[in-house]
Amino acid sequence: MRVAIIDYGSGNLRSAQKSFERAATALDNAISIELVDTPEQVASADRVVLPGVGAYRDCHDGIHAIDGMWQVIEEHCTQKARPFLGICVGMQLMATRGLEHTVTPGFGWIEGDVDRIDVGDSDLKIPHMGWNTLDVTRPHALLDGIETGVDGQHAYFVHSYHLRARNEADVVATAQYGEPITAIVASGNMAGTQFHPEKSQTLGLAFISNFLTWAP
Amino acid sequence: MLKARIIPCLDVKDGRVVKGVNFVDLRDAGDPVQIAKAYDAAGADELCFLDITATHENRGIIFDVVRQTAEQCFMPLTVGGGVRATYDIRKLLLAGADKVSINTAAVKDPDFVAEAARKFGSQCIVVAVDAKKVSGDDEPPRWEIFTHGGREPTGIDAIGFSRKVVALGAGEILLTSMDRDGTGDGFDIDLTRAVSRAVNVPVIASGGVGSLQHLVDGIRKAEASAVLAASIFHFGTHTISEAKQFMAQQGVPVRLV
Repeated sequence: MRVAIIDYGSGNLRSAQKSFERAATALDNAISIELVDTPEQVASADRVVLPGVGAYRDCHDGIHAIDGMWQVIEEHCTQKARPFLGICVGMQLMATRGLEHTVTPGFGWIEGDVDRIDVGDSDLKIPHMGWNTLDVTRPHALLDGIETGVDGQHAYFVHSYHLRARNEADVVATAQYGEPITAIVASGNMAGTQFHPEKSQTLGLAFISNFLTWAP
Repeated sequence: MLKARIIPCLDVKDGRVVKGVNFVDLRDAGDPVQIAKAYDAAGADELCFLDITATHENRGIIFDVVRQTAEQCFMPLTVGGGVRATYDIRKLLLAGADKVSINTAAVKDPDFVAEAARKFGSQCIVVAVDAKKVSGDDEPPRWEIFTHGGREPTGIDAIGFSRKVVALGAGEILLTSMDRDGTGDGFDIDLTRAVSRAVNVPVIASGGVGSLQHLVDGIRKAEASAVLAASIFHFGTHTISEAKQFMAQQGVPVRLV
């Protein structure tokens, strides 16, 4: 099985690659983890991971800067319906639109906008930065073996915007920070995490392992 | 809920940890990569490298250290020291740092912070503020920014400067009290609270930790989002786990692993 992590110039992917390799090694030597930067490499992959850090617009533009990349990701997810995982801004790009700085279209697989976290009158800081627990809103295979709830394991977040999904059914887990922050979305063969599994130690490796064996 | 973070900080010079670490059996107590792995296993919430390499020829060594650490530790890593241009930031991020801390360059040219945040995103831009109290005992408290390890006064007000760099795009403030650094007397609570209240981004309290109660005070009294310490962990006085157990007993929400 070939897992493609898309490198379109958005940050460092070494940790992501190494964490996926570690999870893969623990599962089965026949899984290969590849950093890819051409549409051809994505087209032939069995599973695709789309990372992303920084601004929504920059990530959108970074993918579009590689000729054919946006389309091949769409094909992987919709026509071929193969497993897909978006991480951080990679997850936010699954939404209809991003509202950071300017309005930017996303892939539109998860109906909703990516908007600034609303902490209301509280003294909570933005970015939402650090370790938070997950509250499950819909049981999902990607959370198998992971302890959730207030006494559960922790995921590492760093973001100022989050995906407000229009359909509750698309949300798998939230994290509490002034309001329920969308932590995991999933729809059919596509999933995304606002947190960084590659930085989330035990929970992260378990989640990645679940993604590698996920049969949606 | 979001937990308070505990961040061990390692001073790295020419690719070696200054003074070493003796909290756990390491083959090489001066190897930053081995120490990083040990802290990762011990449940540290993030790790911070401060590169204090002085010579130009050895400036490149830190990139290898960061690269090897990022390959073996699946936890967030902040790297600071000698960051003067967006080129330095790009190299550190590409090596695998998650956040980069800017100190002197932010004081000399605050617009550098804006440029860095625009290029790489606020989430990875930390501004390290080194402050010293300059007011007398019967005056209203005032802290000033100092550079060069606390030797050079700048005349710049620490709270105003913190506000300014956040407005320019800094995503986090690493605040060190130069009065307390190395004393073991605890954080400068008044300074830390004043900065925490002045900005809407997370503040990491640093400088002066000598006991576990100091860590609690950094969060409860000083209202910081994270606490940074070096010697109490490196010299084996306390483990990360002891620190977290103690903080939890005192009612501070921490990530127990």
